[in-house]
This record gives sequence, structure tokens and C-alpha cells, in this order.
Amino acid sequence: MDLDLNQYMGIFVEDAREHLQDMNEALLALERDIDNIDIVNEIFRVAHTLKGMAGTMGFEDISNLTHEMENVLHGIRSNLIVLDEDTIDIIFESFDALDHAIDFIAANGREGEEDYKDLIDRLRSISFKTKPDSTHDELHDKLDSMDGYTLRILNEARIEGLSSYRLDIILDANCMLKAARAFIIFNALDDMGEIISSNPPVEDIEDEKFDLKFTIIFISQLNHSRIMDELNAISEIESISLEEICVEDILANIGELDDMTIDSGGMGKVSSRDDKESRTTDNRGIVGKTVRVDIDRLDNLMNLVSELIIIKTRMDELSQSSDTDKMGETIEYLERITTNIHDAVMKVRMVPIERVFNRFPRMVRDLSRELEKKIELQMTGKETEVDRTVIDEIGEPLIHIIRNSIDHGIEDPEERIKHGKSEKGNIGLNAYADGNHVIIEAIDDGRGLDSDRIKEEAIQKGIIDAQEAELLTREESISLLFTPGFSTANEVSGVSGRGVGLDVVKNKIESINGSIELDSQLYRGTKFTIRLPLTLAIIQALLVKLDDEIYAIPLGSITEIIRTTEEDIKNVYDQEVILYRGRTIPIIKLNRILGLDEGEEMEERVVVIARKGEKQAALLVDDLIGQQEIVIKPLGKYLSNIDYLSGATILGNGNISLILDVNSII
Amino acid sequence: MISEVENKYVIFKLKEEYYGIPIANVLSIERIEEITRVPNAPKYVMGVINLRGEVIPLVDLGMRLDIDAGDYNRDSRIIVTSVDDIIAGLVVDSSSEVLEIDKDSIDPPPDTNNGRCIEFLNGVGKIDNRLIILLNLPKVLEY
Repeated sequence: MDLDLNQYMGIFVEDAREHLQDMNEALLALERDIDNIDIVNEIFRVAHTLKGMAGTMGFEDISNLTHEMENVLHGIRSNLIVLDEDTIDIIFESFDALDHAIDFIAANGREGEEDYKDLIDRLRSISFKTKPDSTHDELHDKLDSMDGYTLRILNEARIEGLSSYRLDIILDANCMLKAARAFIIFNALDDMGEIISSNPPVEDIEDEKFDLKFTIIFISQLNHSRIMDELNAISEIESISLEEICVEDILANIGELDDMTIDSGGMGKVSSRDDKESRTTDNRGIVGKTVRVDIDRLDNLMNLVSELIIIKTRMDELSQSSDTDKMGETIEYLERITTNIHDAVMKVRMVPIERVFNRFPRMVRDLSRELEKKIELQMTGKETEVDRTVIDEIGEPLIHIIRNSIDHGIEDPEERIKHGKSEKGNIGLNAYADGNHVIIEAIDDGRGLDSDRIKEEAIQKGIIDAQEAELLTREESISLLFTPGFSTANEVSGVSGRGVGLDVVKNKIESINGSIELDSQLYRGTKFTIRLPLTLAIIQALLVKLDDEIYAIPLGSITEIIRTTEEDIKNVYDQEVILYRGRTIPIIKLNRILGLDEGEEMEERVVVIARKGEKQAALLVDDLIGQQEIVIKPLGKYLSNIDYLSGATILGNGNISLILDVNSII
Repeated sequence: MISEVENKYVIFKLKEEYYGIPIANVLSIERIEEITRVPNAPKYVMGVINLRGEVIPLVDLGMRLDIDAGDYNRDSRIIVTSVDDIIAGLVVDSSSEVLEIDKDSIDPPPDTNNGRCIEFLNGVGKIDNRLIILLNLPKVLEY
């Protein structure tokens, strides 16, 4: 097994996640519509695909687990297993286990140590009424590759007077075209009867995904020797074993079986062992991030790049003449193309917010069960697209908010009825694009926030004093929740309130240049509005001059730019402040904190009013250069600990300008 | 492949002495361009440069090794190095050649600590009567 599977790891993880997501949705749908066999089929299909994928990658444990899931699901769809809540729970648990397994692979590039024995046992125990000590007898062997569905067909065939056969074929080791050979055998069988199933599945055989051996179950009118004659005529077969299946016996014995394990074909299993070992020796290959891209978008990008090449040739020609008019025209054209390329590349990086939203139905289900509340989650705008980097950052804060809503927001059913609300609480999650931003709203119709209680608590915790509290408006008191060290839960519960407050959520969102607002009405509900930039890589910034250096300040954190005179600057306890819209805000002399010459006193100073959440500060700059769209470049690991800087950007002249981190300055 | 690279060092000059770093850690050698100062950085960080669209920090190697801040001229070079995930450019007086230094002809760093930072040295290589100071790059790029 020299094949380097690592290069497929990214694709595997991405695909697996997508399939798991499908499974998750199907499971939730199944819970609501327990008799819908189509959904069971869907789940089965996903489990089967996952099994195949995991097998190919050599992830044996995942492959085993999905295999057992498949068996149970098969049982359900062939009416051999009654689907009840316990069964769904076990499938859910298996799903969780798979989810974790994939996460582990994504983080470590190899399969975890977990072998899911417990889960597998439980799956088996529902698979069929079990007798754990039953041995691997002959009948069992015969049944190896049979499931309820096959059995039913065989039974029908028996009733119609057809014979059922099990055919084990081992191809000659020197066989050149295994798939073709198998195809000939299949064809021959098709002529004689009907193939019910094969192991490995036909698709795998066609793709040559089998060793030398395969098993076919088929029904035919012909007798044993006729079939053998036909098969013996085919060359390159090492051995043929044909057995008639006695369906009655099997049906009679079905209760005795503990295990319907299909030996899931050579490939995956054989390879997995040494793969695992080799993988532990090489440095944990951590799986890179991938983005799935619509081919149209790539085509568009390709076209733009071709245009870029055309324009380059045109410029070459122009550089020999001195036609400035044409030059100007060409530069304009070039400008248009670069803007378009920028757009196109941005689009390539965009992924639907669905990826984040998808985990919530399950979370709401689990939590509402745990807390014995009835909650309905409604989501809109799942298709809204956001930059991949934003997606990665926004998950945690949203989980936190929704947990809060479920735990503290939505009341118990009794309480809701008492307040004249429907028994079932509602949580809404909406996403939509708004210019260069994406808005995410999380709304619940729970008990809302009691601003008086918040004030009281803030006073208790020493965040504000009683006098200050008097002056606060309703909105202001609600925003106290975002203050570090504030948590509303009366008691710490397992669901939320583990000491991490909304301030962490707010910080996280602000760290990606977003903002969060909170609105709530007592007994009516709470609404969080999160505003996120479409992308993190390119932002609007204000370029300012400090001494003879140029710095960039993200426009998102600037409230206003004002001019002020030296006289407006006052001293309060050694801290210089200015009066801005009736509030005194502290002055920060950028030159000073950046170790630059402060220059002489000037009549008029330019002040950039910047904000970090509720806090504001007046940043003193020497001069303004202008507003510009900048591409953020990381400063790199070597300089990652430098204060006040969040990155760098390259200016038009090729020089570097550093980006100020307003959050750390204020 | 690896063994071929193993003994090869990029040799450069700094204050009349020759230094070497393993060629595997060297990404490129550049001329000095427009440098942007980085405020509040350690004093041996000269700033950052734009190297084909990437932002690369520059380390004044003389100052880092506590020898002397360099005065830079046309001969000065930036040796862009990478250790683990850290990429940084070392500013040196001039860069001369790539030499193969046998493991056997490398002595451990001298014991006498005459005030200079011995921790930055991996050893001293001898080649044709020349002494080449081999730098402990991870240590140099640590802060």
C-alpha cells in the first residue's frame, strides 16, 4: 500500500462532513416523521457511502461502525426492526461518534483510538434479537451477505417456485481484467436468472474494488448442474462454489442470529493496518482547510485572468509608443479587471452560512430534551454566503448565544402557558446580506431580559454603582450583559453559564470586525443582531500620517473624524480628554504609544474617534491621507506578539503600512 | 537528497567574521529595500519589508548577537530564513558562498564566555584554515 492517501485527506474530511450533515438532517426529520421509509433510505445511503469512503481511506473503526449502522437501518427498512425512540437515540449516538471521529481525523490526520465497541454492541443488539454466545455456524456463514431485504426477495422467489443460489467465485490470481471477468460472470448469471445482491456491491466490482473473491446471491429456474456447466465455461476462474439456499431454514432460524456481518470486502481492511502504522510515524499530517468551489466561479476567474494577459500584451505594445491617451484607457481597463478578479476570488472563498447553522437543529433538540423544554428552531437564509475565515470564527459565539436562549430565554412549558404563550418556545436564526455585511439574527420568544434585575446584579458585582444605575437607559442596562464578569444565570447549569459570559462572545465578534447588538423585551423575548464583514482579508481603512510614517486604521472601528484645537484638550487626573458629543473621552496620542516624535504643538489637531464596543477613544494623528481599500497581510509568527498592531498592508508604491489594532489600543 | 543538503551551509560575513547557517533553512538572499519600522518591537527588529507581496520581518543580526549594530551599504544582504513556522530575514554585511562543512570538522562552541552570546552558536566549522561560526538559528529567531 504505497498509495499516499494523505493527499485525499482534505477531500475525505470535507466529503464526510457533508454526508454527516445530510445524515443529521435526515435523522432529525426521521424523528418527526418516524414512519417515513424514504428518510430511512436516505440515512442508509449516507451510512453506506461513509462506509465506502472510510474503507478506502483505511479508517477501519469508522467503517465498522457505519457498517453496523447500515445493518440496523436495513433492518428498519425491511420491517425487521421496529423503529422506536431508543433506536433513534442509538443512531444519533453513532452519528455523534462519527462526527467526533471525523473531527479527530481533521485535526490529527489519522483515526482515533476509539473502536466504538460499545456502540457496535448496542447496534448489534437491536440488529436482531440476539444471543451473544451463538457461534459462527454454517448457517451464519450462508447468511453472511444477506439482509432482510434480500431475504424477502428470496422468500418471494421460493413461493414462485424459483431456486435461490449463493455463488462464491474466486478469480484466478493472474486474471488481468478482474472487472471485465466479473462482468462476464454477471452477464452469464443474468441470462440464467436474476442477481439479487452481490458482495462487494456491483458498483465496487465494476470499479475493480475487490480482491479476487466475490459472492453473488441470485435466483434462477435452472438447477445446480446447469448453472455450473455455464459457469465452468468461463475462463480465468480459480474456483466456483455454488450452493442452493434453503430460504425456509433461514427464515426459521433468523431469531438465532446475532450477527449479519458482511465481510466488507478486502481493500479497506487489508490496507488499514499498515496505513495506520505508517501514519503514526510521519509527522501528524494536519488536514488543511479546503473550500468547495462552483466550477462556474472558477471559469469566471479563468476568463478574467486571460483578460489580464491580453492587457499585459497591450501594455507591452504601448510602452514602445508614447500615446498617453491609450495608456490611460488601458489602465482603466486594467483597473476594471483587477476589481473583477478581486470579486471573483472573494466569491471563490465564500461558503454558505449553512455550515454553521447546520449544527443547531441537533443542538436544540438535545438541549431541549435535557432541559425538558419544548423548542422549535426555525432558520432562514442558510444560503447566505460568508468568507470561509468568518465561518470558522462565528460558530462558537452563535452556539453560546443559542445555548443561552435555550437555557435562560425559553421558559418551561408550564411557565409559558401561565404567561399565555404557546407551550412550545420558538428560536429563530436568520441570516441575510446587507451591503458589505452579513447580518445574523438570533431571536427567541422567551422570558426576555429584566433590565432592573440586570442593574441590581451589576451593582452587586461592582460593575456599576447605584448612582450610575439610576442614569442608565433600558438599552444601556441590557448592554451591561456584555461587560466582563457578568452572567445572568441564577445558578450555573450544565448548559450555559460556565463562567464564560457574553463579553467573550462580543470580543470574538469584534475581533473579526463584526458587531453585536442586543434587544429584549421582558416576557416577550430577546434578539441578538450580529453584523459581520463579508470577508476578513480586505477591509476599508483610513490611512493616517504619524510623524513620517503611514498607518492604517480599520474604518469599521472609526466613528468620526474631527478637528479640534489644543484648547479643547483638557486634563482630568493626568489623563487628557476631549469633550465629544457631550461625553468626555480619553485622548490617546498615537505618536507616543508608537514611539514616534510627538512634534510641536499645533493650532489644530486631527482626532480620529475610534470605538471598541461601548468604549470610545480619541486618537490623535498628525495628518489624514485618505480612505482606501486595503488587503490585510499577517505580520507573521515572528512578530505576533507586538502590541497595537493587527497586521500590515502593502501600499500602492510597494511600501508597507502597518494596521493599527484599535481593540488593543483602547 | 537530504544527506546532500545536510552538510551545506550558506556563508556570510558580519563584522569581519564568517558565519554559516544550514542551507535547508535559507529561502532566499535579497538586497535591502525600503524598510518599514515596527513600533514597540525589540530593538534588533529593524522592521518589515515587502518581499514579493509577503511581509517579512528583518532582524539586525549584529545587534541580535550583541556584536554591534550594522551600518548597511550596497553590499548588505538579507538572508531570508525559515525555522518551523517562523520566517525572518537576517541582515548581514555580505553573503559569499555555499560551503560543505563536514561534521567531523565542526568543533563545539568555545567555552570561554567573553561576554558575547554563546547560546546563539551551534559550533565552529573549520575549512581551509578559515573559521566559520555556525549559528543556532532557532535560538536567533526566538524572542
